[in-house]
Amino acid sequence: MRAVDALIESLKAEGVEVVFGLPGGANLPTYDAFYDAGIRHILVRHEAGGGHAAEGYAKATGKVGVALATSGPGATNLVTPICDAMMDSVPVVFLTGQVRTELLGTDGFQEADTIGITMPIVKHSFLIQHPLEIPRAIHEAFHIARTGRPGPVIVDIPQDLSRADIPYEPVTDVSLPGYQPTTEGNQKQIRLAAKALANSHRPVVYAGGGVVNANAAEELREFVTADRFPCTCTLMGLGAFPAGHDQWLGMLGMHGTRAANYAMDEADLICAVGARFDDRITGKLSEFAPRAKFIHIDIDPAEISKNVPAHIPIVGDARNILARLTAEYRALDADAGRLEGWWGRIRSWQEQYPLHYDDPQNGEIKPQYMVEALYQATGGEAIVTSDVGQHQMWAAQYFPFSEPRRWINSGGLGTMGFGLPSAMGAAVAGSDLPVVCLAGDGSVQMNMQELATCAQEGIPIKVFIMNNGYLGMVRQWQELFWDRRYSQVDMGSFPDFVKLAEAYGATGMRCESRDTLVDDFRKALEVPGPVVIDVRVTREENVYPMIAPGQPARDMVG
Amino acid sequence: MGEPATKELLSLEDLEAAGGIHTGRKHIVSILVENKPGVLTRIAGLFARRGFNINTLAVGPTDDDAVSRVTLTLDGALHPIDQVTKQLHKLVNVIKIRDLQPDETIARELALFKVSADGGARAEVLQLVEIFRGKVVDVGKRSVVIEITGTDDKVEAFERLVRPFGLVEMARTGEIAISRGRGET
Ligand SMILES: Cc1ncc(C[n+]2csc(CCOP(=O)(O)OP(=O)(O)O)c2C)c(N)n1
Ligand SMILES: [Mg+2]
Repeated sequence: MRAVDALIESLKAEGVEVVFGLPGGANLPTYDAFYDAGIRHILVRHEAGGGHAAEGYAKATGKVGVALATSGPGATNLVTPICDAMMDSVPVVFLTGQVRTELLGTDGFQEADTIGITMPIVKHSFLIQHPLEIPRAIHEAFHIARTGRPGPVIVDIPQDLSRADIPYEPVTDVSLPGYQPTTEGNQKQIRLAAKALANSHRPVVYAGGGVVNANAAEELREFVTADRFPCTCTLMGLGAFPAGHDQWLGMLGMHGTRAANYAMDEADLICAVGARFDDRITGKLSEFAPRAKFIHIDIDPAEISKNVPAHIPIVGDARNILARLTAEYRALDADAGRLEGWWGRIRSWQEQYPLHYDDPQNGEIKPQYMVEALYQATGGEAIVTSDVGQHQMWAAQYFPFSEPRRWINSGGLGTMGFGLPSAMGAAVAGSDLPVVCLAGDGSVQMNMQELATCAQEGIPIKVFIMNNGYLGMVRQWQELFWDRRYSQVDMGSFPDFVKLAEAYGATGMRCESRDTLVDDFRKALEVPGPVVIDVRVTREENVYPMIAPGQPARDMVG
Repeated sequence: MGEPATKELLSLEDLEAAGGIHTGRKHIVSILVENKPGVLTRIAGLFARRGFNINTLAVGPTDDDAVSRVTLTLDGALHPIDQVTKQLHKLVNVIKIRDLQPDETIARELALFKVSADGGARAEVLQLVEIFRGKVVDVGKRSVVIEITGTDDKVEAFERLVRPFGLVEMARTGEIAISRGRGET
């Protein structure tokens, strides 16, 4: 059969149900095969939208997302989603077309060195050099994307090779002598960690996106409640532990709660699970958690002692390690009473410094209230994606996530324009939950074109735009750290999102009053098909509390 | 600190940090990689973006056609070597990495020196070559080309000694290494 038909068979063998892409010269053969492939193909309006949609699909399901692009500009348009998937460990396979082999290296029309350009931002990549390699490359690409620490994998296929005739043999084994992720977790280390926890008087469990990736939320909850361990999550980990639980401290880091950051600061033992001590968490590294010893559980050995030296490293899959750690800990029969004093201290921070904002109730919509209204209108029963900026931080602070895979955002790369296409990807993944995007008025314009895709395909995402007329987060930094010199952050009231939504074939609505907001949101959620809700919020409002960049967590402001 | 919490006592104070340590010495790292296009670029790119400095790098075939060996030397004062090897391990085409222990390792490099040597100087230079068990591989009217093999220390010692005679140019391969004893490197 044609190599492209073998490609389709290989994708089916991996269980692929939907792909996002846009055709061009170099992948014409592939698109000919998609004509009657029996795999749902969603025609995006920009490859970046397709890449983020594949990420949203992967984050909502835990399955591998797939995005397609042609050579040259198609492939370079994927660079942002690829990098985003790398930073946030999202399993996505990117299939790019390449110029014919005889043109490689000649600056042929639409030739770009896709493998070279993306080398620093992929988990792995394959340049197909013989058509017979295609089925194996696809199988190995999926295997690599999905296993170990998940990440993006590219398969770059020259146009002539994809047209060749080959016999198709399904590939079920992998031949990757250099790729053997450790998943087990060392039993001696697990026992030592349990002992350290039992001897700690000020422990904190600090969980990250790795817990979500490992489908270990259940095991995390068991572990945290095996004693009265205080628990905090990173931005990527939200939902891994139920917000609202008695032992929940809130998010930590730059815009985390004081209780979470102060607890890290005073802890004698920190148990990090699937988290990587990013600078947005640690603040000034040399003053981070100065009294603590560290247990570090991670599937990626290179994360251990990268930023903060670990005292008890445990490499492996968080799910099986947490289950065993819980069992070991229970067997020690530690005295829970020893944590009384620690909880006393934490409770006093929680009482003294709750998250708060002024809500004058004069009709004006405070951005924080907008998030709370969204929570009320959905009852928390929704998958929420977001863009990047103030609205993202307020969502993280004021929307309590109780389950994993319900909060989808771009943490590591901080990619504006992530929210709308990732919502589209999450929405085609087949969940019963409504998919809402909490967008920034700046960010949303970076991938707004996918509204056309949603309208055409009937993908019913609800896009709530927090419209402050500003690149708000940048404005906040200019206000706080640059003497209020607002340089290039005012976007005025352009565009008219309601008209734009309608032009795209979606429904447009505008909300300007606090008093009817929850009701308006409920109505918007009932409207079938894609809906854009333009919410005019207070223009100048800051996200607090805040660890100023490069400062220690102890010195939070606001 | 209050009452002991469990019968299984352990003092948190006694826990020591693992990894992330600067050793302060030279390291020879031997890496077996799949012999596939682009592998060297992946390694070089990794070093560049993580800010790891390589002192020398040598690449060549092994006894297995499908596998090549990359030998790197690095300064353990500049980077925690465990971070370097763990990052290298993340490359899918990297099969095996050994941070070779100096006392268990045979390391050699090849160097070529072009030295201006006329008249009386020539005899002195040839004597040095003798002492270093080198070879004169080309003799010209006013210069000689000398081949030296040995550890990098030996090559550097030779360089220091011939420099005063007029070192025209020098080329070095960087060290390759293999472990002592029967086991594979
Ligand atoms: C692609 C990209 N460009 C620039 C930035 C820098 N940046 C971070 S937040 C932000 C403002 C985003 O504005 P908006 O989407 O309106 O969100 P707001 O902060 O106003 O809620 C900018 C420009 C970024 N994160 N991503
Ligand atoms: Mg804005």
